[in-house]
Amino acid sequence: MTQEIAIIGAGMHPWGKWGRNFVDYGVAAAREALTDAGIAWRDVQFVSGAATMRCGYPGYVAGATFAQALGWQGAEVNTSYAACASGSQALAAARTKILSGQADVALVIGADTTPKGFLAPAKGERPDDPDWVRFRIGITNPTYFALWARRRMEIFGDTQEDFAAVKVKNADHGFTNPKARYRKRFTMEDVAASPMVADPLRLMDICATSDGGAALIVCSLDYARRIGKANAPRIAAISTVTPTFPSAIIEMPDIATDSAAVMEAHSFRAALPRKAYEEAGIGPEDVSVAEVYDLSTAVELDWIEDLQLCARGEAAGLVRDGATRIGGRIPVNPSGGLACFGEAVPAQAIAQVCELTWQLRGQSGDRQVEGAKVGITANQGLFGHGSSVIVKA
Amino acid sequence: MSETPRAVIEGFFTTGPAPALLGSRCAACGVYYFPRVESLCRNPDCESSQFETVELSRTGKVWSFTNACYKPPEPYHAPEPFEPYAIAAVELERERMIVLGQVATGVGVEQLRAGQDMELVLETIPDAADPAGKLTWKWKPVA
Repeated sequence: MTQEIAIIGAGMHPWGKWGRNFVDYGVAAAREALTDAGIAWRDVQFVSGAATMRCGYPGYVAGATFAQALGWQGAEVNTSYAACASGSQALAAARTKILSGQADVALVIGADTTPKGFLAPAKGERPDDPDWVRFRIGITNPTYFALWARRRMEIFGDTQEDFAAVKVKNADHGFTNPKARYRKRFTMEDVAASPMVADPLRLMDICATSDGGAALIVCSLDYARRIGKANAPRIAAISTVTPTFPSAIIEMPDIATDSAAVMEAHSFRAALPRKAYEEAGIGPEDVSVAEVYDLSTAVELDWIEDLQLCARGEAAGLVRDGATRIGGRIPVNPSGGLACFGEAVPAQAIAQVCELTWQLRGQSGDRQVEGAKVGITANQGLFGHGSSVIVKA
Repeated sequence: MSETPRAVIEGFFTTGPAPALLGSRCAACGVYYFPRVESLCRNPDCESSQFETVELSRTGKVWSFTNACYKPPEPYHAPEPFEPYAIAAVELERERMIVLGQVATGVGVEQLRAGQDMELVLETIPDAADPAGKLTWKWKPVA
């Protein structure tokens, strides 16, 4: 029995700092996805929204907000919140609905409008909130990215040039992507000249926050066949596992790891794709393209290893050899990644699947990965959220 | 009125000549927590709700380190011009856990490396309401 669903439509509002209501971006992405799918808005039976915490009540009930903006038509709605993995959980909700036979076709949608600068916690004196505690003692998101990066330098001998090479590669990839916010090529010297934010990471090593919106139309394989899209790419796995106690690596927003005093520690990032591979019944050797959450240049290297695309500690070598470039053995972030997009939290995991959809259809133009058959995503957010999605041609 | 600055967060550490972070230790399975956990043990195989408050190891080894080159947003408070500070992730051997903290004033990233021995000290950080600042824990290289 198949556990797969089809992706028949993908759409995105370009990422940027547009300063408009997030609903506008979502609606634009949804309209594009519907057109791509060739179905009418009234055909959608389930609207699965990814929430944003930054845009007030309409953001908390994003599924309903988008359904209203597109025109109430009686579909069922759902809203998921899972930090950076919100989009994947919204996708998982749609898959469950479809595989259980309760809906044939669903819209999965997320959009955000972000403020400038560091992401900051909710206001007030709140020592019970770990997010407040870490900001109170001066620990921001880039602190964690930099601790992971420095650890690579200390243990594997990675260099700041290795990290810069990831930025240069992603900038080349995203250069012609019409949905990307930053479409500019950079040199190693450009990266080295950008200001240090959290040693060893410079401004150009760290992703920005952006406005953006992404949407997918997903359906049962039967529905795809009925509308003549039997060959549409399929979702083969959605992993949204939690960490396993005790978690080995210091993660946002904690100021300490779990204690491994009485049992062995586990890597959360590595667990996410492991479950996805298991679910899809494939292995890393089958992957032709990956979209990973490059919150920093260095963490892209961690992901490459967590996806088992090379042995632990060897990702920098892969980048040096050009293997992660389009045309290389295993292209990573052909979209340009967060380096070219900046993070629009509830839209980002959906955007990763949009890119894989276009890659597997062979519609990616200048950034096409030739012969892409299997794509995998990976992302991670606060409070033990993360996801890995596998898409097959 | 005492001249001693107040703690940045109450109940996170002891003061005195040998300050220590205050954690919890599960009475049943023996795992440690920082900040303290006093409701239910988070080990999925343990159902204990009995904890003792313990002083965590005052020394450990650097797991990784970085710094803050830009002023963090509130609730962090910093005077202008902003002075960058280093941050260390220090692994405690007995507890087998990594604890973050600022590095003692005057110690920069160029003086840090993985595996280095560190000890816990208390220093003040600026505070919006209190001109004397607030007391916090920091990691300092062992001389």
